[in-house]
Amino acid sequence: METLLTIIIILLKIVAILAPLLTAVAYLTFAERKIIGYMQIRLGPNRVGPKGWLQPIADAMKLMFKEIIIPTQADRFLFLLAPVVAFGPALAAWAVIPFGNEMMLSHLDAGILYLLALTSMGVYGVIIAGWASNSKYAFLGAMRSAAQIVSYEIAMGFALVGVLMAAGSLNLNQVVLAQQGSILHWFWLPLLPLFLVYFISGVAETNRAPFDVAEGESEIVAGFHVDYSGMAFAVFFLAEYANMILVSALASTMFLGGWLSPFEGIPVLGQLFSFVPGPIWLVMKISFLLLFFLWFRATFPRYRYDQIMRLGWKVFIPVTLVWLLVIGLGVLGHVGPWFD
Amino acid sequence: MNFVAPDFMPVLPEIFVLTMACLVLVVDVFLEQQQRHITYGLAQVTLLATALLLLLTFARVPVTTMFGHYIKDAMGDLLKFCICLAAAAVFLYSRDYLRQRDLFKGEYFVLGLFGVLGMMIMVSAHSLLSVYLGLELLSLSLYALVAVDRDSPVGCEAAMKYFVLGSLASGMLLYGISMVYGATGSVDLQVIADVIAKQGTSNLVLVFGLVFLVVGLAFKLGAVPFHMWLPDIYQGAPTSVTLYIGSAPKLAAFALLMRVLVDGLGAFQNDWQQMLIILAVLSMALGNLVAIAQTNIKRMLAYSTISHVGFLLLGILAGTPEGYSASMFYAIVYVLMAVGAFGVILLLSRTGFEAENIDDFKGLNDRSPWLAFIMMVVMMSMAGIPFMAGFYAKWVVLQAVINIGFVWLALVGVVFSVVGAFYYLRVVKCIYFDKPEQSESISISRDVEIVISANGLLLIILGLYPTALMTWCSTALLN
Amino acid sequence: MGFEKFLFYVFALILIFAAVRVITVRNSVHAALFLVLAFFTSAALWLLIEAEFLAITMVLVYVGAVMVLFLFVVMMLDLNTQPLREGFIKYLPVGATVAVIIVIEMVLALGSGYFSSESYSLVARSADYSNTKELGSVLYTFYVYPFEIASVILLVAIIAAISLTLRRREGTKSQNPSHQVLVSRDDRIRLVNVPAEKKH
Repeated sequence: METLLTIIIILLKIVAILAPLLTAVAYLTFAERKIIGYMQIRLGPNRVGPKGWLQPIADAMKLMFKEIIIPTQADRFLFLLAPVVAFGPALAAWAVIPFGNEMMLSHLDAGILYLLALTSMGVYGVIIAGWASNSKYAFLGAMRSAAQIVSYEIAMGFALVGVLMAAGSLNLNQVVLAQQGSILHWFWLPLLPLFLVYFISGVAETNRAPFDVAEGESEIVAGFHVDYSGMAFAVFFLAEYANMILVSALASTMFLGGWLSPFEGIPVLGQLFSFVPGPIWLVMKISFLLLFFLWFRATFPRYRYDQIMRLGWKVFIPVTLVWLLVIGLGVLGHVGPWFD
Repeated sequence: MNFVAPDFMPVLPEIFVLTMACLVLVVDVFLEQQQRHITYGLAQVTLLATALLLLLTFARVPVTTMFGHYIKDAMGDLLKFCICLAAAAVFLYSRDYLRQRDLFKGEYFVLGLFGVLGMMIMVSAHSLLSVYLGLELLSLSLYALVAVDRDSPVGCEAAMKYFVLGSLASGMLLYGISMVYGATGSVDLQVIADVIAKQGTSNLVLVFGLVFLVVGLAFKLGAVPFHMWLPDIYQGAPTSVTLYIGSAPKLAAFALLMRVLVDGLGAFQNDWQQMLIILAVLSMALGNLVAIAQTNIKRMLAYSTISHVGFLLLGILAGTPEGYSASMFYAIVYVLMAVGAFGVILLLSRTGFEAENIDDFKGLNDRSPWLAFIMMVVMMSMAGIPFMAGFYAKWVVLQAVINIGFVWLALVGVVFSVVGAFYYLRVVKCIYFDKPEQSESISISRDVEIVISANGLLLIILGLYPTALMTWCSTALLN
Repeated sequence: MGFEKFLFYVFALILIFAAVRVITVRNSVHAALFLVLAFFTSAALWLLIEAEFLAITMVLVYVGAVMVLFLFVVMMLDLNTQPLREGFIKYLPVGATVAVIIVIEMVLALGSGYFSSESYSLVARSADYSNTKELGSVLYTFYVYPFEIASVILLVAIIAAISLTLRRREGTKSQNPSHQVLVSRDDRIRLVNVPAEKKH
């Protein structure tokens, strides 16, 4: 009985995380089209519902009722498995993200490692999709994506090592607590290079522009999901956006103080805003970072493949290595206010 | 948890080698091809300085540090000293050979230094973890070294074979280690010995682990029936790498056997004695018989290595201090001989020509009497002709076996060394009594000439006055 | 306890199934994916005994990195497995005999009850026990020596891999991104003063 109750509570918690997340994903696509539209002096979707607000729902409907076409020479099972594999880790990672103090699904001590492990799993969806479609374009996309993700994972991992050195814990709740104090105590300041490396690697890991060579619609049509249609395609689409939100959430948690208020420690403003609950701050920070994803897409041309590799191996990894040394010295010397 | 930082001083030689290897690696990146001799010089300085360091800090009493993972004792220091000198000689002999073949690259020396580090870790291992890691470090360096000449298909094939079989051996070894750990609850060799002393030798799991350990070690040593990789790798690798593989690692392998079988699982002496007897007899038989049929001298020396490994095992299986020191003496003398033999092969090779076949030695006496003399000394020593170091080495090993009552085993050893003498002396015959097929004179740099002369003469001196080294070996083992 | 045992058997069955499929399946990509499944389930088994650090590292290293590269290579290979199977029947008797003997020996030695779960029960842990913390605290103290050697081994692996694969081919036309990035306006643009045309 007691076990059953625990399981039900956990399930409810999962629903409480997933329902807003999926809604957010749906409206992120809307936001993207709108924002990019404005940046390009267009209006964006404005036909379905008031000001176009029902557009995501119309899109979902359309995709759901479309036929899933499976190419004759494709590996049926893997073809259908791929979108699921791509989507699963993007959701599972939310288990360890704290929305407020101790407000997390799983109090995992190795939280950062868990995240690293799960984000590295996402590439399987792309690889399997590319191979199972039995198409050259899809395969090329899969190969590009695999090489790119494996390369950027290293820089990302090193950036996380920096965070764990600064926080002294792998538990994300502890990481946020270590940033308490004021906006200057947040890790974005002492770990600025790592923050940038992490965020840019995050953009690369989600295969977003300007690192979207895996899709590369102008050269390899749509890359790994060229043969997908209907719901199977929709799941890939969802996974990409869920991953964007995830990367933003992680960056906010580890470098921008997570649920902490930005006005903390400031005499008047601090008290004034103390009523705002932590999750709101977190959502605002996530939204802020998501804006960058959209911004990049609207303004940057796509990187060439060798440039991507160069950036990952020859710029990011050395930068993170050097900065790890700096953090090490900082921790040893108890440089305040971050490492004391 | 109370944690006290361990004493780092005993590990100083290893730390020094590691630091220098990293330094060489970094310096090499910034060098032009014409300046590559700086890499070489730094590597030599590293080895000689390490040897000096070992002499200065020579252990009188054994010290264990790093929480039981590391031991510094006289046996270890002596072996490490020999390893450093052997590696230095290897680098020296290889220098001109590598230059002529466009292989004079920093990687050869860096990997060589890391290999030396691996050997030193093996020699000083006091836990199964460091045994395994040291072995892997050495093996990994060797795999890469074998493939260093990427354009040679034979070399790549050899590297592939070495890698696959080496991984298999590592797997065996690890499986054995995990069994021993499961049965005793520790990886520390001292603790393992204590636990076994307490619980007796009836534990089947331990015996099971022991079998896998012995198989793994035999693979690495190249004892029959786990020798298949050895001839192909010796023949396929560039001769400078063969020289490296064939020399110093044998010392580390001896230390490994001593640490694991004698220090750790000494209580199971009866069990491993039987296994080693089988390995030794098969190795001596097969090595010596098959070597007769070889025309390629590198392959012939590979089979001769197998037979020497058989002799090496004889001393260890005796299970007496006398036997151990005899084995140690044998290992050191063997390395001297191997360095000499492959060194001469290296020196005879030149641009576009490998002195690989026994026929290439025809009439060497007419071309370079001094090299011919040294090669003769090496070959006679390998054959075990009286008044050579090899003879005394074989003699003490056989004596140790007789002393524990295995006269038949000693007889087998004698018979096969007589068989073996045939093919060694065939080389001597080629050198002195056959007409030369080529007449190019052989040019050797002065420093190489000095060292190879010393190498050859040492074999004679050790043959005439073996007691000094022998006492050194036995006192080292007594501590 | 009942639920955990149930989970254990479920994962164990999946693991055995996946491991068997790795060597029996014909398609090499499928085999690699089954290996991924095997790694994943063994990680789940580790989680069951509260060894979460090992479990996560297993997924991170093997599933996330090693197998991705493996798949990368396997997918690009055009393997014809026919020649590989040719000697199968010929060597089957010898191979099978050796395998059977080894299995019997292993059962005799290890099945003697030494490793049975009765003689080794799981060590009871307090609620705040953290496998990650415990491992971390011994890894950098009592096992620092093996740890450092392991890092040297990885360094050697890097050196070996680079020295075996890096070669500068003659005559390839590749761009140099550093040069491209460092280009300044003056290298590309020359402002020329063109006198205005006169009106006729």
